[in-house]
Amino acid sequence: MREISVTASVRSLMDLLEQRTGQILSDGRMWRIEASLGPVLRARGFASLDALVDAIRNERGDALATEVVDALLNNETSFFRDPHIFEMIGRHLLPAAMERATVEGRGKTLRVWCAGCSSGQEAWSLAMLFLNGRTGWPEWKMEILATDISHSAIARARSGIVPQMEAQRGLPVSDMLRWMEPEGDHWRISPTLRDMVEFQVDNLFAPEAPRGTYDMILCRNVLLYFTAEKKQQLFAQLARHASPGGWLLLGAGETSIGLTADFSSCPEHRGAYRRSEAA
Amino acid sequence: MKNCLVVDDSKVIRKVARHILESLDISVSEACDGRDALNQCQSSDHDVVLLDWNMPVMSGMEFLQQLNATNARRPKVIFCTTENGLGHIKAALDAGADEYVMKPFDRDTLESKLQIVGVL
Repeated sequence: MREISVTASVRSLMDLLEQRTGQILSDGRMWRIEASLGPVLRARGFASLDALVDAIRNERGDALATEVVDALLNNETSFFRDPHIFEMIGRHLLPAAMERATVEGRGKTLRVWCAGCSSGQEAWSLAMLFLNGRTGWPEWKMEILATDISHSAIARARSGIVPQMEAQRGLPVSDMLRWMEPEGDHWRISPTLRDMVEFQVDNLFAPEAPRGTYDMILCRNVLLYFTAEKKQQLFAQLARHASPGGWLLLGAGETSIGLTADFSSCPEHRGAYRRSEAA
Repeated sequence: MKNCLVVDDSKVIRKVARHILESLDISVSEACDGRDALNQCQSSDHDVVLLDWNMPVMSGMEFLQQLNATNARRPKVIFCTTENGLGHIKAALDAGADEYVMKPFDRDTLESKLQIVGVL
């Protein structure tokens, strides 16, 4: 892989990404700048990154900067990514959350926040998981708030249209038939699932969307882009929106250990963390 | 090591599938039609069959029906075809197919389908 030199323009683009999202481009991800911005350069007719940065500096509005930040974000996702995590949620975490909500007399609606939801596959997967297990919890409902800083990812999620290649990645064909309908070369998410999920563009560090607290928060494969300081800020934000005893799911290789006292790891449920009771 | 029988009349598809499967530590055998595949299933064990639909001599569907009739402990069967209509998908599942991949496919799709049927 060709190394990219940190020119003034590259530095400027890195700063823009950090200012807007808090994300840092580590040395190992520097290649993303040219790879991700190539389509923007071609579509907009810029001959170089220098020309692009000049245009961002001189633009009156915010459209180009937003487009560039969107392009630099990693929106990789798939249905039921890390299947063992979803199995754990269905078998253990949802029943535990329902039991707790029942004991606390909070009604039969579980509230879930997918923080950093990309184009929606994680939220749709959770909705499918919940509905597929419905015979075990017939009276319960689930409300999912799914947020991401990427305007383009949220636009795709809201459309409910998934390209065929993405639709079959991670998704059992039985779920595909049950919860989606073919539409040309794409697949459309069923209204039943769409009614369960609300998508919003939102910045994790200045969130407007989350209201109240959530029984479960999925914030997977997000922390890895932040500095330790930013991770601590993020944990504080997540803690504000987690119910006491509520669950936090992180990605493989991500941890709260050493960064916050608000969440504790659960040895019996790898990848799951529990909000401390004294919230 | 798990073994996959790739059944497709296209040499290119077999080559692409082999490349992906071997990168997932799965050994690969190849058949160019349903009859060839049936013969191979009778002479050796496979964990999974990646099966095209439209082939000369014997189609994927005919292969699956005969496999069901002759082999009590048959391998998992994943259709991998350009037949992407709902009718074909439902017919394949009704006939006992374990999963369905619509061409074109990529490594991530194939890997996830192999996980779903329990081969990975």
